[in-house]
Amino acid sequence: MEVVSYMPGCTLKTSGRNFEKSAITLFDILGVTMEELDRWVCCGTTYSLSSDNIMNQLAPVRTLLRAKETGRRELLVLCSMCYNTLRRAQSLVLHDKEKRDKINEFMYREKTTFDGDEIRVVHLLNYLKDSVGFERVAKRVVKKPSDLKIALYYGCMLLRPHEVSVDESSEDPTIMEELFSLCGVTPVYFPFKTECCGSYQTVNQRDMVLSRAERIVGSAAKNGADMIVVSCPLCCHNLDSSQQRVADTVRGFRKIPVMYISQLLALLVGADDAGDYRLHSVDPRPVLKEKGLIG
Amino acid sequence: MNVTLSSSELKKEGIEKTAQLSGANFFSCYQCGKCTAGCPASEFMDIPPHEVIRLLQIGQIEEILEKNSIWICASCITCAVRCPKGVDLAKIMEALRQIVLRKNVNYVHPSSVSKEELRTLPQIALIANFRKLTG
Ligand code: SF4
Ligand code: SF4
Repeated sequence: MEVVSYMPGCTLKTSGRNFEKSAITLFDILGVTMEELDRWVCCGTTYSLSSDNIMNQLAPVRTLLRAKETGRRELLVLCSMCYNTLRRAQSLVLHDKEKRDKINEFMYREKTTFDGDEIRVVHLLNYLKDSVGFERVAKRVVKKPSDLKIALYYGCMLLRPHEVSVDESSEDPTIMEELFSLCGVTPVYFPFKTECCGSYQTVNQRDMVLSRAERIVGSAAKNGADMIVVSCPLCCHNLDSSQQRVADTVRGFRKIPVMYISQLLALLVGADDAGDYRLHSVDPRPVLKEKGLIG
Repeated sequence: MNVTLSSSELKKEGIEKTAQLSGANFFSCYQCGKCTAGCPASEFMDIPPHEVIRLLQIGQIEEILEKNSIWICASCITCAVRCPKGVDLAKIMEALRQIVLRKNVNYVHPSSVSKEELRTLPQIALIANFRKLTG
């Protein structure tokens, strides 16, 4: 059985636990063991954009050091925000010698240094494509949902900046479309797939996030999607939990369930359920039943 | 947009600090407006992103800081990847926030987040928000 080192991040242990659980189920079926790092720390969620702030790079770098200590070369990440932060921290250490030296000096009590080229931070989608192979995933599909249409939402952190993008194109990515088409599910035209959901402004600019959700979910609905598929617990929260409030004020707004990539994939390859449905604001069960994905 | 050209020391310092913290050359911006066109937050901002850059170019940093724009930005990086002149506006927004936050001024007060919100918001929302909007 293949084994891959894995860093969950904070939210996958709480509100995003359906993401982690379903990924473990999916990987089990694919014959891969996700081995969680013994010790990891919160990545800090947002990569520091100011040039003199080295302090905030320490948390992701320490997690990368823990990954290095496993002796493996890859670190699997599911959450888009962890992915972006870890990937950019790794790239900073690799390319900026001055900062690399400063960071390693500061961490002088660590047993080893981190030089940036020991670990590759790999997102779930790239792991499935490059290490498992989409064809191999597709071969495992046992449920053929009758005419399930999905809107594949990438958001920001999987794509921007371009150096960390999970797809060659950060403007019109198609990696998820490729995966799900092979698995027998139809992606709909979805021009809002790379539009920001409002991100952390959900804490104090609720109106902005509601307006984003109205447009993004509205576009998915207009194009006939039964479901929106995401890779970020924050996108998931913003798009899912806003829908009732949007529906209360916008006439004709159609609510659509939001699920993680791995939740839908796990069901397709034969899992009985997609986790704890109470964590969803818009219940996905009616759609999943109608399409024959759950009993 | 109110334009008054001035070169007081204070302004110069702010401009230099913004350039240093962001590492971005905002003087190469030619005001095409592409950043604003793709910005998911611009309609909620007092002044749109390309005007923030214009004000920086002419040294009007106080005028930027009086407006809400830098606090509404969601750091989505869309502007930075689309700018035809390679101006990293996301980093400029961050630098401007830092100039205020490093004076020990908070834009968001964690104590004002209700218990209900603390229960329902994902950690990444709270941590990212406090990282971006508190000093
Ligand atoms: S996209 Fe770039 S060049 Fe165009 S206005 Fe914005 S910052 Fe200036
Ligand atoms: S990073 Fe900020 S200014 Fe740039 S497009 Fe996103 S929200 Fe707008």
